[in-house]
Amino acid sequence: MKHLFKFLVLAVLAAALWRCALAIPFGNPLAGTPLPPAMDEHYIAAARAETGASNVVTSIVFDYRGFDTLGEASVLFTAVLGVGLVLRKLNAKEKREARDAEE
Amino acid sequence: MRKSRIVGHIAAVFYPFCLVFGLYVVLHGHLTPGGGFQGGAVMATGAALMMVAGMFDEGEREIKYHHYKAIEAFGLLLFIGLAFAGILSGHGAFFRNIWANAGGWFGAPGESGSFNSGGLLPLMNLAVGVEVFGGISVILVTMIRAMKAAERGEDREDGDDEAEGAE
Repeated sequence: MKHLFKFLVLAVLAAALWRCALAIPFGNPLAGTPLPPAMDEHYIAAARAETGASNVVTSIVFDYRGFDTLGEASVLFTAVLGVGLVLRKLNAKEKREARDAEE
Repeated sequence: MRKSRIVGHIAAVFYPFCLVFGLYVVLHGHLTPGGGFQGGAVMATGAALMMVAGMFDEGEREIKYHHYKAIEAFGLLLFIGLAFAGILSGHGAFFRNIWANAGGWFGAPGESGSFNSGGLLPLMNLAVGVEVFGGISVILVTMIRAMKAAERGEDREDGDDEAEGAE
């Protein structure tokens, strides 16, 4: 019974969220934001002239969508952090043994 | 881990070539396919090669663990710093390519095929390449060290950290 109630509340919230997300216009031309196809064509046509790079992929990844790349770099950093955290005990052991071997 | 002398020495010969080719891919990221992530991964392949060939200690002599950590942190900070250049220079946008077509270094207008183009993009590629190289190498060194420690622990069959400390 409790589970059913939880499920109902979740369903109502999800429906409300879905309805609100659909209600917001996407890529409103009145607000000055170009519609998605227009944006694509702008990138393909003007990327070379605007950024000066002949590799359009790089100009999108590092210029137009630089924030995305920052996220990707942070993902790698977090992965390194996680590996170091999980294996820190074994690492400390190896370091200590190497030091002992030197002495 | 058993070590083959031949494989080790061949790996030592190929190590600098891996680094140079990775740097080449990174530096030409704004002209040809490739870029920071790919070139950084190629450079990290060099470090991986040394470890796979059993030359871990020799590789460690050249670039140490804390160097890799410093390289990674430097790369990420450089990337974020270049992103903030757009705000700090008064253009008012994060990730604004302030040097594009502005003349000077990497800003030659209308020369999109030459190395001296792309504005901040080559520098961002370099930052990301350095970050990926450092990051993947840190992961590799950490895992190899953990593997070695685990192997030794199995040999002695005590494996308990606290008991060792008491000895």
